[in-house]
Amino acid sequence: MMILPELSTLLFSIVFLFISLGKKKDSAGLLARPLSIIVLGISLAGIFSGGELFSGAYRLDLFSQVFKAIIAYGFCLVIFMLDRQNEIEEAYFPEYVMFLGFSALGLMMLVSSVELISIVIALEVSSYSLYVIVPLRKGQTHIQLEASVKYLFFGAISTGIMLFGMSYIYGIARSTFLNDILRVLPGAMDQPIGVFALILALTGFFFKLSLFPMHFWAPDIYEGASNTTTTFIATVPKIGAAALLIRLTMLANASGVQFINVLIVLAAISMTFGNLVGLVQKDIKRLLAYSGIAHAGYLLMGVLALSRDGYAAAIYYITVYLFMNLACFYVLVLLSKDGRNVVIDDLVGLSKRAPLLAFTLAVGAFSLAGIPPTGGFTGKLFLFMSAFREGHLTIVIIGAVNTAISIFYYLNLVRMSYSKEAASTEPIQLTFNEKTLCYILIFLVLYMGIVPFGLLDIFRLAV
Amino acid sequence: MTAFNKYLIMNTLSFPILSFVIFIPLAGAILLLFMRGERSVKMTALITSIINFPLSLLIYLRFDVGTDKFQFGEFIPWIPAYNINYVLGIDGITIFLILLTTLLAPLCILCSWTAIERRVKEFMFCILIMETAMIGVFCALDFILFYVFWEAMLIPMYLLIAIWGGPNKDYASIKFFIYTLFGSVFLLVAIIAVYLTTGTFSIPDAMFRDYGFNFQLWVFLAFAIAFAIKVPMFPFHTWLPAAHTEAPTAGSVFLASVLLKMGTYGFLRFCLPITPKASVFFGPYMIALSVIAIIYGGFVCLSQTDMKKLIAYSSVAHMGFATLGIFSFTLFGWEGALLQMLNHGVTTGALFLCVGIVYERTHSREIYDNAGLGKIMPAYVGFFGLFSISSFAFPGTNNFVGELYVLIGIFSQNKLAGFFSIVGALLAAAYMLRLLKQIVWGREDKREIADMKAREVIYLLPLVVFVVWMGFFPRPFVQVIEKTLMNLHSQMNIFFR
Repeated sequence: MMILPELSTLLFSIVFLFISLGKKKDSAGLLARPLSIIVLGISLAGIFSGGELFSGAYRLDLFSQVFKAIIAYGFCLVIFMLDRQNEIEEAYFPEYVMFLGFSALGLMMLVSSVELISIVIALEVSSYSLYVIVPLRKGQTHIQLEASVKYLFFGAISTGIMLFGMSYIYGIARSTFLNDILRVLPGAMDQPIGVFALILALTGFFFKLSLFPMHFWAPDIYEGASNTTTTFIATVPKIGAAALLIRLTMLANASGVQFINVLIVLAAISMTFGNLVGLVQKDIKRLLAYSGIAHAGYLLMGVLALSRDGYAAAIYYITVYLFMNLACFYVLVLLSKDGRNVVIDDLVGLSKRAPLLAFTLAVGAFSLAGIPPTGGFTGKLFLFMSAFREGHLTIVIIGAVNTAISIFYYLNLVRMSYSKEAASTEPIQLTFNEKTLCYILIFLVLYMGIVPFGLLDIFRLAV
Repeated sequence: MTAFNKYLIMNTLSFPILSFVIFIPLAGAILLLFMRGERSVKMTALITSIINFPLSLLIYLRFDVGTDKFQFGEFIPWIPAYNINYVLGIDGITIFLILLTTLLAPLCILCSWTAIERRVKEFMFCILIMETAMIGVFCALDFILFYVFWEAMLIPMYLLIAIWGGPNKDYASIKFFIYTLFGSVFLLVAIIAVYLTTGTFSIPDAMFRDYGFNFQLWVFLAFAIAFAIKVPMFPFHTWLPAAHTEAPTAGSVFLASVLLKMGTYGFLRFCLPITPKASVFFGPYMIALSVIAIIYGGFVCLSQTDMKKLIAYSSVAHMGFATLGIFSFTLFGWEGALLQMLNHGVTTGALFLCVGIVYERTHSREIYDNAGLGKIMPAYVGFFGLFSISSFAFPGTNNFVGELYVLIGIFSQNKLAGFFSIVGALLAAAYMLRLLKQIVWGREDKREIADMKAREVIYLLPLVVFVVWMGFFPRPFVQVIEKTLMNLHSQMNIFFR
């Protein structure tokens, strides 16, 4: 009974598996939403359950359950965004939803895994589902095929590197259980082998987070995959990856100066590179991909503090990131009538054509830029404070400079939609559901900015 | 909580008055979202802002001039995990800035009554949000709360310029935003640095502590960049003419009258008490920059043909006087700086309102297009004349008092800087009189331009009253701010002995 969230997600996927086998496929759209709500409800209800399964390889604690709830929340929101079926061929729709479900399931398993092999398996369950849905996009062109092949290859390579690192960890600790590794690995962190092993083992999650140097896939895949797929890839898997990043860096246990230095360098390069390249992007999905690379760098600031505060800040930030990124992507999904990619010039006059969309985008963009009173600011504040507290002044200043750089392209989104006059002012009609979802996303971003205490306390308990 | 009693007198009124003053505009703004019809939107916004003014007057009436502590305190824990609290309180430095804000908000709404034709609801929404954020900045006694208000103001201000601005709004708004945000991120880093040293985000708690000199230097620099951009001081001023010129009248008034004051407020509230040694160390440089701003602003004004641009550059010069007073480290200088902040807020705000009035009629900001109004709009020219002579500190007007205090302060410390600022004051007379002459007698031809309406007279009158009152009888103002500044002065003296 303890793994009800996972079971419910599995059931969700199986339902769509059967629908995909049948002839009538229109029920898929109707079923997806209520079922995803049920998944979310069960995950929220299971937040305080605990225990161990499979002789200790699978642990349920507050940490994992909180992450499962966040993943379920993100998953549920993405399913609700899947409204316009102009992106995926009708015939593949049930499979598409099924694979989304499997991917979420893999992530849920991932955050509960405390053993190297089950980590790898869970990660692959999540990844393989995504490899399949990347090319599912209306109108076969070479872009999405290129994207899917790139995603597959980069994913395979990063998994390979990760396994290589894990084999070193196994060599040091002679166990695949994180509990055993925790006893041995901190002692090895002052030797090259320990640093090397842990960094390599983290590579798989760097890949998911699109952190430098595993970021190359992100812009192409974001551009190539359909808008909804990108929305999913850009948000939900990153939560799982952040969880495991935290779980694995806990192994370093504050004894690895070299390890922290490597992380600092990665974070600095990642945010600087992401923001600088983001400045010149025209395609908004590519822009958000580079923004994602930069945000992976910010997130790492919390992780590299190797402190309770830092981990809690990282969880808080990834949660805010989920909401603000979803807000931006949702605008793209709604804006792109025929599933095309949206370029920055398409935003011109948006505030006239659809004030609510423009406002949602503005809230999302300002939050990504880290301006109060949005959640992006509060999250970034916690990250800065935790990194600063551990004495990592350099990365805090680099982060602050990056915030200033990044404002330019985030503001550009707002600027296009507000201060440029459009030639055509054909209004965009939104349904009630779409409006509600916009309001929910705006509310969540602002709520996390103004009322951080409840959630933050839970996150601090969780780590 | 107990730690706060040292410097915070809790609110004794039956309701949390500061929170009310801060959040009534916000509540009004949210109410606006549910309203339809331009007229009802305007009325709601106006009534909201008008309600706020007597409330802030009540603060003034109940203000205890005999204490140097923060008053009307409110305390609610906000993010206990990081010791971040919702703490409010005001003292002599802030009370008039709050009054200025609450006074200007209804005037700004009135002056936009007909000038804003599209998206009235969003416009009023932005104005009210601005009011909340601006009052919040002056009331907040917690760094993070302060920072949230400080930054939250950027968004509505950006939108005011970007949506309702002039032809060059795109460039102006983005420059304003990026410039200010650039300064603010360093402010944030400095705030975190102070927090990690003191363990608290409380602003009064961080004051007058014995930080290391190096620490002070860096924190001062981080603070100073943020505040110098906001003031704006000389090399950082380039966003201001663009933003002022392109913003709609109400936006210009808020920018000039309140936003710029946040920079000088920051110097008084943060730099001097938290990093006193570094402030003294950097004092000569700040004085040099202030003097450059005064002279440079004056010369640039002389060559302007755009009324709004001229007034914008005159702001650079006037704010130079305020920073000059602050970094003279004398009681007179500080009082002068504070008065100068108020005066500049009223006078420059009034001048922008005047430009707005004439712009609505001629749709041009060029001096030549608006010249020779003496016979056409006599009432208007009367108002405009008063505010112009007040702007160059004619005796009997408010600016005279402020500049006099600043000059007394600076002469007692640095004769050379005093001399150059006198030159700057002369330049002010030159460029303002040139503008006034052009507007009154500049052209001979007769044009059909309607004189001021009753609504326009109504929103200029309170400012006239202030100009004259302050000019002839500044004592009540000085009295209120004196105690706080004396305390600051003695604390700084203790520090250097």
